[in-house]
Amino acid sequence: MKIMAVHVNKTLCKGCGLCMTVCPKNVYEITSETNRKGFNVVAAVRESDCIKCRRCEVTCPDMALWIED
Amino acid sequence: MSAPELHVGGNPLLKYMRQEKLPHFFCPGCGCGQVITAFLKAAESLNLDPGTMVGIGGVGCTARIPVYIDMDCLHGVHGRTLAWATGIKLHKPDTKVVVFAGDGDALSIGGNHFIHAARRNLDVTFIVVNNFNFAMTGGQVAPMTPDGSVTMTTPYGSSEPPFDMCALAATAGATYVARTLTSNPAQMTSFLKNALDHKGFSVVEILSQCPTHFGRYALGTGSPKALVDWIKERSIPAAAAEKKPEEAVGKYLLGEFVNIERPVFRGSTVYPAAGEEGKK
Repeated sequence: MKIMAVHVNKTLCKGCGLCMTVCPKNVYEITSETNRKGFNVVAAVRESDCIKCRRCEVTCPDMALWIED
Repeated sequence: MSAPELHVGGNPLLKYMRQEKLPHFFCPGCGCGQVITAFLKAAESLNLDPGTMVGIGGVGCTARIPVYIDMDCLHGVHGRTLAWATGIKLHKPDTKVVVFAGDGDALSIGGNHFIHAARRNLDVTFIVVNNFNFAMTGGQVAPMTPDGSVTMTTPYGSSEPPFDMCALAATAGATYVARTLTSNPAQMTSFLKNALDHKGFSVVEILSQCPTHFGRYALGTGSPKALVDWIKERSIPAAAAEKKPEEAVGKYLLGEFVNIERPVFRGSTVYPAAGEEGKK
């Protein structure tokens, strides 16, 4: 059973890509999906690879990411 | 868009934010958002409620930070943040006052307030987000712009050497001085925690990325990652610089430089205590 652990708040994400640069497991990918502000949001496409190091959570400038324990 | 939907399954730190104002106005990849996260984490680890603090911002991108945090907020005249902080501290000395200022706000327009607040040892936390230019007005040259950088107003490269803000603060008499950078959130949180815990004028300089203006003009790219790497290359921990001084030439030293105790500012006139009137 897949456990959802990586939450991306699409309303807050601005698609800057800083989470992709700090993630050691390359979990994130910028998608073609846009939010209401017109930014291409990131998605946790390889969520099962996540090791919960939380570097993305403290790096995200927009508080859009949250790793659930 | 209704506010509650943001909080569902969201970052726990969002409870300290004014959620109806989010998403904030900072550009994608701006370091100011990372400073908010680090500040809230530092306050949380000290069991301080941001709701009981006063946040002051002048004019600039950084000065918008207290507007988004759910705290008592003062936001107005350019560079006069520390003048307001002085008034608040004299009226209510027990209030925790945190000033968020950009490099232009702190050192260009507010430079005089800065050195005198340090001299008096005003009991406030002064967080300076140094993004190397005047970002809100379009990327003009600022007192912290590195020598030779192309900006909007220096198309052939800036010919002015920048301030060493931490050395200036230490010389002027600040009792806690530290420099860190946004790409090390753990260090940033720990220095902000020490600064909030410190009694006296505590200055934390945070080297931050401005991909929209400084990145495009000086580096020719709007990529936040390129600018984060550029800052990393130009900074070195102070402990490493002591061992290998030849590697530290022209680089920003990171670390805590001053951490001392000194009487704090309580007003320019000393009034006699109750029952002590008439005694000299």
